[in-house]
Amino acid sequence: MVLQIQSPTIDQVGVEERVARLMTRSIKKESKLEGLKLALNMIDLTTLEGKDTVGKVKQMCYKAQHLADDIAGLPTVAAVCVYVNHVKTAKRALVNSGIKIASVATAFPSGNSSRKVKIEETKMAVANGADEVDMVISRGEFLQGNYNFVFDEIAAIKEACGPARLKVILETGELSTLDNVRKASDIAIHAGADFIKTSTGKIQPAATMPVTLVMLQAIKDHYDATGIMIGMKPAGGISTSKSALNYLVMLYETLGEKWMSNEWFRFGASSLANDIILQLGKEKYGAYYSMNYISKD
Amino acid sequence: MSKIKKTFASYDAAPENTSHIDLKAQYDLFINGKFVKPQSKQYYDTINPATEKKIASIAKGNEKDIDVAVKSANKAFESWSKTEPKERAKYIYRIARMIQERAREFAVIETMNGGKPIRESRDIDIPLAANHFFYYAGWADKLDYAFPNRKPKPVGVVGQIIPWNFPLLMAAWKLAPALATGNTVVLKPAESTPLTALKLAEIIQESGLPDGVVQIVTGFGDAGAALVNHPLVNKIAFTGSTEVGKYIQKAVAGSNKKVTLELGGKAANIIFDDAPIDQALEGIVNGIFFNQGHVCCAGSRLFVQENIADKVIQKLKDRMKTLIIGDPMDKNTDIGAINSKEQLLKINNYIKIGLAEGAEMYQTNCALPSQGYFCKPTLFLHTAQSHRIVQEEIFGPVLTIQTFRTIEEVIEKANNIPYGLSAGVWTDKGSKIFNLTTKLRAGVVWANTYNKFDPTSPFGGYQESGFGREGGVHGLLPYVHF
Repeated sequence: MVLQIQSPTIDQVGVEERVARLMTRSIKKESKLEGLKLALNMIDLTTLEGKDTVGKVKQMCYKAQHLADDIAGLPTVAAVCVYVNHVKTAKRALVNSGIKIASVATAFPSGNSSRKVKIEETKMAVANGADEVDMVISRGEFLQGNYNFVFDEIAAIKEACGPARLKVILETGELSTLDNVRKASDIAIHAGADFIKTSTGKIQPAATMPVTLVMLQAIKDHYDATGIMIGMKPAGGISTSKSALNYLVMLYETLGEKWMSNEWFRFGASSLANDIILQLGKEKYGAYYSMNYISKD
Repeated sequence: MSKIKKTFASYDAAPENTSHIDLKAQYDLFINGKFVKPQSKQYYDTINPATEKKIASIAKGNEKDIDVAVKSANKAFESWSKTEPKERAKYIYRIARMIQERAREFAVIETMNGGKPIRESRDIDIPLAANHFFYYAGWADKLDYAFPNRKPKPVGVVGQIIPWNFPLLMAAWKLAPALATGNTVVLKPAESTPLTALKLAEIIQESGLPDGVVQIVTGFGDAGAALVNHPLVNKIAFTGSTEVGKYIQKAVAGSNKKVTLELGGKAANIIFDDAPIDQALEGIVNGIFFNQGHVCCAGSRLFVQENIADKVIQKLKDRMKTLIIGDPMDKNTDIGAINSKEQLLKINNYIKIGLAEGAEMYQTNCALPSQGYFCKPTLFLHTAQSHRIVQEEIFGPVLTIQTFRTIEEVIEKANNIPYGLSAGVWTDKGSKIFNLTTKLRAGVVWANTYNKFDPTSPFGGYQESGFGREGGVHGLLPYVHF
């Protein structure tokens, strides 16, 4: 059967203008404080390096639970995100913390492997205790026009996930056009993604606001048509509080209040948390303090 | 984390700082390089439409003041028209730079006096006004290239009458080309929004522009009429209502006066089923709600291809819920105050007419401030060509929506109106754009965008939307003769 998903066309200039307009929103006072806390609570604290070790993962898991103990009332991050072989370590470190464990899978970051290997890796991640699986789509197949292949692969991984939530990474930096981003979003959503995610963080550009806006609009159209909510995760390149607030404004004005929690929105980021802590610290102490007061796990 | 969840239900107020502006309690007429009292000794109040509070007293110029102003301009014309073009350019560049330097002050005053959101005056009105001066400063010594082998000469004293919707920007549109081509000017701002023009007069004074080259005379319709009828005025440039435009056209009949008129509009904004829908939606919103719909080229008639109409209308309703209506000085405000009580009454009357005509109205249930002149963004669904709200210019945040089936049908309907200022086309298909742009009878046609303005691009209308072009090299033409 030939896959029939009608994606609307995207006008890049229009998307960029809308983003520029959203970025003029001025978020002050209580809105800013609450927004920053919410952003903190939406972070998937991430380490995805070849040099990841048990020690590194353990330290990051501790940080996830103790972002800045001197500031009262801080939430924890939403999840930690690691490679499959570190899921067990993270699981042990985060026991009873309420923090989810996300594992990348499917030959992350390139996705160049066989379906059998990808399914096995996904099953292993879930068996080891992952609550969420972050898969990559096969960009090569997508760019060759084999949309059915991409759809089937996502559907197969979704099945292998069992109870775990599936985040589908489009790697938008390799898809090149916003039309492709929209098409890939629609394919992923229809194939069973619980979340759609911009990037692996290994390719530049990673998450951008225009790309994220197009994906949010795909989610909105799906929700309007079916009533089913899909989550969104921009990942890579979001490192400042100001930029996190810009994303939250965009989320709020595109999808609304319902999506304003870490059940439906995540930031894939490693350095964002500390910048938010710096800002919240400023609110508490009245002045910026040295970054040396903030732990760098 | 339920506590955090209600974060953004409304953004905290983010008011623009207004402490840095410098406003006098009373403003006089700017004639022959000086601020002078009006001969009538009368002043009127200019108010802030968002608070209904008085901002300053404004001189009420009359026929006698206009006479003095025109004679000053006539006297100054002798030397100004012979001033080296590159010297003229220096003054215009200087004015442009001074506007830029005081951009924040101009933006705050524009918003205070006119009710438009600070985001718009800050990001659009004031930068564009400065850009118009920059652009035409560049032409001053290159007129021989604009009109090769035709030896362009200035026309003389120019009377300029501008509207209240873009007070400083319209002053810039009028003054910059007139000065660049060596004319002298008497400009009358709209009575409800004189403040930025008067601040501009202060800049002109500081810039050292020779006395009498520009006079700014505030007042009401009688002052405007006196300017139009003054025998020493060689050209009239008017932006405003079609009604006044017709009066001017009659008044100058039989005289040697050149005229350009930029009048009303009722633009078609056309959405095809292959359009980039989410971006088109922004174009619809920008088209009708920009500056509270007080825009002559506003996309006030929406045409949606029938097979996507339900979807587009639903999305438009959702999008309208995110529009923030309120204090124009708040940096997050999308829709500010209606410019005057009179205009609000006019808009509300059209809303009544629309309901009486049987169109289905949609408004979001946003709260409006208790003080000031505000109007909810409004849609009228199921409208037809024969509705008055479709035919007449409302000049407010009111959009009528019609559906169409074929390209021929939408061209016919879009053109079936006495106006012809602007139009918008939304489709992913380039050939369709070119087909439509040649057939739509409108001075400006935007494709996959709306309300884009640039000093290099000519702007003007057909039919009852007026004639003559402002902006670009075309904008020089009305100010020269050969």
